[in-house]
Amino acid sequence: MYMNTNTRIIAPEFDFAQPKSLDEGFALMDEHGADARLIAGGTDLLVQMKMERISPAWVISLARIDELRAITAGKGLSLGAMASIKEVSVAAPVKAGYAALAEACNAYSTVSIMLMGTIGGNICNASPAADTAPALLAFDAVAVVKSARGSRRVAMADFFAGPGKSALKPGEILTAIELPEPAAGSGSAFLKISRVVADISQVCVGVSLVRDGDRITDCRIALGSVAPTPIRIAGAEAALGGQKGGDAVFDKAAEIAARDIKPISDARASESYRRHAARIIVRDALKTAWQRAAEGAAK
Amino acid sequence: MKKYTVRLTLNGTPREYSVGANELLLNVIREQEKLTGTKYGCGIGECGACTVHVNGKPTLSCLELAVSADGADVVTIEGLARGGELDPLQKSFLDNNAVQCGYCTPGMIMVGRNLLDENPNPTEDEVRTHMRGQLCRCTGYASITKAVMGAGSAGAFRMPAE
Repeated sequence: MYMNTNTRIIAPEFDFAQPKSLDEGFALMDEHGADARLIAGGTDLLVQMKMERISPAWVISLARIDELRAITAGKGLSLGAMASIKEVSVAAPVKAGYAALAEACNAYSTVSIMLMGTIGGNICNASPAADTAPALLAFDAVAVVKSARGSRRVAMADFFAGPGKSALKPGEILTAIELPEPAAGSGSAFLKISRVVADISQVCVGVSLVRDGDRITDCRIALGSVAPTPIRIAGAEAALGGQKGGDAVFDKAAEIAARDIKPISDARASESYRRHAARIIVRDALKTAWQRAAEGAAK
Repeated sequence: MKKYTVRLTLNGTPREYSVGANELLLNVIREQEKLTGTKYGCGIGECGACTVHVNGKPTLSCLELAVSADGADVVTIEGLARGGELDPLQKSFLDNNAVQCGYCTPGMIMVGRNLLDENPNPTEDEVRTHMRGQLCRCTGYASITKAVMGAGSAGAFRMPAE
């Protein structure tokens, strides 16, 4: 740690590259290995570098690789890893079919950070509080990961390895996040509680369910800021599967979620507050998703 | 230390710099260009005092590497006036006394300008939502919000009576 560390400058020196293609990026990653860090929007990475929590010898920017920005709707939806949070929040297919993700993006920090930050950066940073993570978990999204040696697909549920740790291996780049097409009768919602709107969450939740008449045929519930990683709550999901939708079962699922999460007490909230708030927002998100599934318009 | 050549357009003028990779856009603007309207506040993306426009979008210049801005069109608070005439939003800040210590003002105006470009007649809620990332520690938000709401349509603006 440098004696003069402050947030006005980045004290340590490093080298910088802006590859224009993925292949160029893979070559740089393989050349510099663990000495290199990828930078997307920079809103998290540069803060860590200012604080000297990390001091990479190389910083490799993905900003000039155009193919990583694309948002394409087909049978599902593919979000380029470098699409900004703002771009995702306003994309027509996101608003039409993935309400919880649009809401998560709109709940994200500030306008400038939404414009700078990227969806790929948000999940690769692997913060337990990443706003988009519960929504992506609720939609059963898949991370598309590539390297010079090929590509693989990682289920979002397997992507978060710990605070600040993702499933990416050395030399790999997250290129896109794919969301499956919502089933008929789907509804979703995202809710977040934070001290002020621009702050990261004290607790947040994304839910997605499928409604057939008065029955819930499928359901996913994921929370942020309540465990070392964003997590799905299998017990709460199981309590809803096949049941008749309504306040009683939503309350039950919310109770299970509040019980099964593993929150800590920190500067933002106490453990007991997080459990209390989780119960309320899980219940409310389920009600909203259920309602939306009936309306059929907003998913 | 390796130096990188960065070419960008700053307030309409082409500029070229030789910087280390760890140089921040904010410090190029303030220290090399001596354009001190753009402020250093928190340095971690929480206050908005360092906001400039990069390719038309509000950007936190304290979290932007200068090397990343190579090729960009950068506008600071000093670049908003046209031909000696203040931007209508700058005039509206004066008109509404929307300044106390003034430290947050350049960032407020850069983000307010962005809102008005997208939505010339925002409601109070829309102003507060869009400007949630701009902190004013004098807590002058009421007059700031009023200034942004009153600046939208150029015709609505009136110079204060002498």
